[in-house]
Amino acid sequence: MEQRWKGSDGREKGNRPSGSVVVALLLACATLITLDAHGGQDSPIEPARRVAGEAFGPVETFTAGVVRPFAAVPDYFGTRKDLREQVSELEAENAELRRTVETSGLDRNRLAEYDGLTRAAADTGYDLVPAHVIAVGSGQSFSHTVTIDAGTDSGLHADMTVLSNDGLVGRVIRVTRTTATVLLIVDADSVVGGRLASSMEIGFLGGRGIIDSTGRLDLDLMDDSVVANAGDVVTTWGSKDGTPYVAGVPIGRVVSVINSPRETSRRAVIEPFVDFTALDLVGVVVPTGSSSDRDVVRAGQGED
Amino acid sequence: MTLLRGLVALAVVAFATVLQVSLFPHFAWDGIVPNLALLVVVGAALVRGPQFAATLGFVAGVLIDLAPPADHIAGRWALALVIVGYLAGRARQDIRPTAVVTVLTVAAASFVGSSIFALSGLLLRDPVVGVSDMLEVILVAVVWDVLLTPFVLPPVMLLFRRLEPAQVAY
Repeated sequence: MEQRWKGSDGREKGNRPSGSVVVALLLACATLITLDAHGGQDSPIEPARRVAGEAFGPVETFTAGVVRPFAAVPDYFGTRKDLREQVSELEAENAELRRTVETSGLDRNRLAEYDGLTRAAADTGYDLVPAHVIAVGSGQSFSHTVTIDAGTDSGLHADMTVLSNDGLVGRVIRVTRTTATVLLIVDADSVVGGRLASSMEIGFLGGRGIIDSTGRLDLDLMDDSVVANAGDVVTTWGSKDGTPYVAGVPIGRVVSVINSPRETSRRAVIEPFVDFTALDLVGVVVPTGSSSDRDVVRAGQGED
Repeated sequence: MTLLRGLVALAVVAFATVLQVSLFPHFAWDGIVPNLALLVVVGAALVRGPQFAATLGFVAGVLIDLAPPADHIAGRWALALVIVGYLAGRARQDIRPTAVVTVLTVAAASFVGSSIFALSGLLLRDPVVGVSDMLEVILVAVVWDVLLTPFVLPPVMLLFRRLEPAQVAY
């Protein structure tokens, strides 16, 4: 009898908590949110994030390394027909991409000329630090960020451009020793200066914060008399010293133009070249000649 | 022993957090992945009750908020998972939960958790996303979590039952 009473007491204790613990936890959450929401860039949570990054970075790198070979398994099961379709699709895409590269090369050269006029020491080439995506922020968090396996050890710091061989991916917002967090350009917080390749007109690209099968971006052109045409290629316009975005990186293609009398500028919808649901190998733009713990892809190496 | 129990629980939620960002993106539907940490918290709630689950929820939430690549305002997932842990713990019965009860609890917990996170985002203007988009994401997340329930909840609940203090043994 004694035992049972004790037992039920103990059970009661575990079962019905003094609400105080829950209240304390809720207050702790509120404190965290307040601290982080009002801190902005130098919020007091930032050191904690850094510590968490240092701890989780290597674990995420390891897990991603274990998972990567298995992620390729579904590709083994392709029928001949699928493969043939894929080949023709890729051929069409290849031709299209080649055309894109040719035109963007022209723009890049033109831009380099302007750069040469305005800047005494124009730095046209970029060095790239290659990195793999090791972690992807969940869709439920509504912010689109990924972690890559290169950090301060590889010469990275915040506000560096990240690109893949398809085009612009995003920018580095936070680094630890071995990892860096990248804000994707499709995130709702991301704004990129963009330039229409056909008319050299500039505008701002904002993310919509959703990754469907086709993540889309909105381009607001500065000059409302300019009309963007479907199929126009948009490249980055570049910021001072290349932070956070270097100039001349292809971003995407105009798919449609929205005209509304309410808005002063015309809004073009851009489909990015990069498939954000299947990011793996990316490159981070670092200043030429910077030191890194891994092989850096040097600009102009082929020309030497 | 209490310390050891705490460490095991911490290891489980940390493992869930890592899998959520490093493994599941390969299977993600539009970037939405199953919320493993939430499943662990619900499992703890069904076995150990609201107080333990709320505490574990806080720890798990802080891990999700801080571990890279998180960039939202820290404390939002912590808030969501504390409430989920508490509510799921209050909802548990004295008898062992049946499969149906477990699945229903997970579905409700997932909906409540993701909704609290989304609503806190609206209040704090953290990401500017439309409500319809949010609802779609939340519903997909519920489906994901329910799909993963049979694989995650039984081992998690078994683990927490093993970790339970001796008082229930007689």
